[in-house]
Amino acid sequence: MSVMSSQYIKHETDVLIIGAGGAGMRAAIAAFDSGSSVTVLSKSLLGKAHTVMAEGGIAAALANVDPKDSWEVHFADTMEEGVYISNFRMAEILSKEAPERVRELEEYGALFDRTPEGTIMQRAFGAHTYRRLCHVGDRTGLEIIRTLEDQILHRDIKFFDEFYVTKLLKDGERVVGAIGIKLNTGDIHVFSSKAVIVSTGGCGRIYKVTSNSWESTGDGLGLAFEAGAELMDMEMIQFHPTGMVFPPGVKGLLVTEGVRGEGGILLNAQGERYMARYSPKKMELDARDIVARANYAEIMAGRGTAHGGVYLDITHRGADFIKRKLPSMYKQYMDFAGVDITKEKMEVAPTVHYQMGGIRVDPESTATNIPGLFASGEVASGLHGANRLGGNSLADILVFGKRSGEGASSYSKKISQGKIDDAAISAEIERVNSLVGRDGLNPYDLASRLEENMSENVGIIRNEENLRKALETIQELKDLSKKAAVHGGLKYNKGLLQVLELPSMLTAAEAIVRGAIERKESRGAHARSDYPKKDPAMRKNIIYTKGERGMRLEWREVPKIPDNLRKLIREEEY
Amino acid sequence: MESIKVSVYRYDPSSEKEGRFVDYEVPKEEGMVVLDAMKYIERHIDPSLSLRWNCMAGKCGSCSAEINHRPSLMCKTRVDSFKDGKIKVSPIAAYPLIKDLVTDVSQNWDLLKKIPKFTPREGLEKPWKISQVDIERSKEFKKCIECFLCQDVCHVIREHNSGYFGPRHVVKAASLDMHPLDALDRSEFMNKDAGLGYCNITKCCTEVCPEEIHITDNAIIPEKERAVNAEYDPIAIFVRSRRKGGGKR
Repeated sequence: MSVMSSQYIKHETDVLIIGAGGAGMRAAIAAFDSGSSVTVLSKSLLGKAHTVMAEGGIAAALANVDPKDSWEVHFADTMEEGVYISNFRMAEILSKEAPERVRELEEYGALFDRTPEGTIMQRAFGAHTYRRLCHVGDRTGLEIIRTLEDQILHRDIKFFDEFYVTKLLKDGERVVGAIGIKLNTGDIHVFSSKAVIVSTGGCGRIYKVTSNSWESTGDGLGLAFEAGAELMDMEMIQFHPTGMVFPPGVKGLLVTEGVRGEGGILLNAQGERYMARYSPKKMELDARDIVARANYAEIMAGRGTAHGGVYLDITHRGADFIKRKLPSMYKQYMDFAGVDITKEKMEVAPTVHYQMGGIRVDPESTATNIPGLFASGEVASGLHGANRLGGNSLADILVFGKRSGEGASSYSKKISQGKIDDAAISAEIERVNSLVGRDGLNPYDLASRLEENMSENVGIIRNEENLRKALETIQELKDLSKKAAVHGGLKYNKGLLQVLELPSMLTAAEAIVRGAIERKESRGAHARSDYPKKDPAMRKNIIYTKGERGMRLEWREVPKIPDNLRKLIREEEY
Repeated sequence: MESIKVSVYRYDPSSEKEGRFVDYEVPKEEGMVVLDAMKYIERHIDPSLSLRWNCMAGKCGSCSAEINHRPSLMCKTRVDSFKDGKIKVSPIAAYPLIKDLVTDVSQNWDLLKKIPKFTPREGLEKPWKISQVDIERSKEFKKCIECFLCQDVCHVIREHNSGYFGPRHVVKAASLDMHPLDALDRSEFMNKDAGLGYCNITKCCTEVCPEEIHITDNAIIPEKERAVNAEYDPIAIFVRSRRKGGGKR
């Protein structure tokens, strides 16, 4: 149902989904199949979301290649990799349900690579006990996005792409819809909905060097936080060990872990296979935080390449194998760097890759602490704890995407549409209009300052002094961002979009830095040079909420693991 | 610092009578691609420039444009590939212009909705068994990043209002038809309803595909042949006369 008013176009839907990556699309399918009317809002064109960049595969204990694999082992790997602050129930759900989600994707039309017996092929990945990653060469994300897109297009699901949500609307405590701008027309749309799912992905673009695409500016994180949702584990930012370093235009672009999974080795400029010093047992296939810090340490010690990286070498596997197993890596290096990876070594360095933290959710339904608001995918937290296993994010978006769709649908069936406050709408329309058609601070300059600040001060190894410096800059940017404005109108104005993105980017940055200061230990992806050890007293989660006088942090106990699950994992060592 | 000159098409059809090319000077960097230059303009010269880009890595197919009249991805076109240094960037011409370099490609979703979706054969034993060789053909088509450059270059779409869906959509249909467990045959639909008959296999689409999909040879020609065979194959006609409807032809 749509109603036109002079200022905005109004729609009504049962379930409103913000974000059309893997999680949002899977949620849309689930909510629709549960009998709800569904509307999806996407910042990019449909099918362009950051999920398309996922390469290596999706983790699911199908045990096709290693018969000893099971959900129990996948569960244990996930908990141990999360360094004991993951939510056990989310890890349990993920490891139990991922195989079903993969098979279902196959029934939706996805074509995974096969074993000689014709079952779904699985490859090795860092810190997975068994070969577990179902993959489509090294373009698994594209296959997932295209398959889900197909399912969406053949259902009666409404979608608005190139749509940017500027605010969640509330009726008392409850979230009852959203308002935003359709980029290609510049029209303002208001959506009234019984439930809202936020699946907007991560915030990697607050860093200068990142593997994340344009969209990942923490939009949903900021929207939910402003609406009162609790965030958790925000200090945990994953650096992927291998991003491209050259040419400058693609600095940070991901080089899949699949390269190491298929036998690639890491060498410093002296030709030494240095992982033998950092992790003699697991070598290149240790956890991402360990390999990333090793790469960083080698570069810092002056054993890096001319462009400030280390070498990743797969040439020994031969041209045929490489072109078949890693076709897009072959093409990526050929097209961008003019390097033939079947004959030459790749230059790589760590790159910001993933936010483990995010909106705190209930494992069963992905409900947040705010009634009517749900979250799934990278924007949600709990599953990955202090570090994420490669391949677990693609499993996450399908498993918890589906659960959020069902959760939101079932909530929406018990409740009627909320009341949308006209004054809130008018105020928001006025705010958006006030950001265009005039002089103001250049929003891109502010964003660049934030990116440099984060990369310089909140990097792979942190310390109090730099974190304090980072926080100061963030405070300053928060004030300056209020003065940002651009010329032009509302229609397809990317400068306006950058102005609108700034508050969420700054919320994400502030949470990361405050949490990093608060966590005076080194755990998983969070490494402090001034507190290099793990502290048993900090085997807890940090919760972030919006207080009257700014962001509040609080330590919260990790949910107690029941005995039957506890015995599956190794005791934590200090 | 060395710089390059880029000529960019600017036009807002809702407020301006006609478009024009505007020259911008951008500092040159090693390994620079056209998208880097456009991002520089967006960030430092005119933030109101309308431009679509996402992944910067040739994986999402957002930054399609015509660079010196050739349909290209801006993120994969090296600035130094133009020996005379002249770079002219304009929007893809097959679609209605929204503003500057951004066009309205939404009609593609409407067309994709019309192509019957993947429909597995009935009675398959689970979990499905498929051999690797059987997925290779479909896999080629699944590399498509929906940049719509093939649609842009297609003269049937550009010059004739024929109702031809375009190469992207034939690739889509072929990816489904060549799925080893799919039960349908979309070739008749593609040839009759989706206007594939208008394609006279000039192979322009294949030439511009950034994913190097052999669109004409591997998708278009087989889809054309499939329909022709079904239509004229005497055995097929005989079988059809015996058995009404259903089944993969």
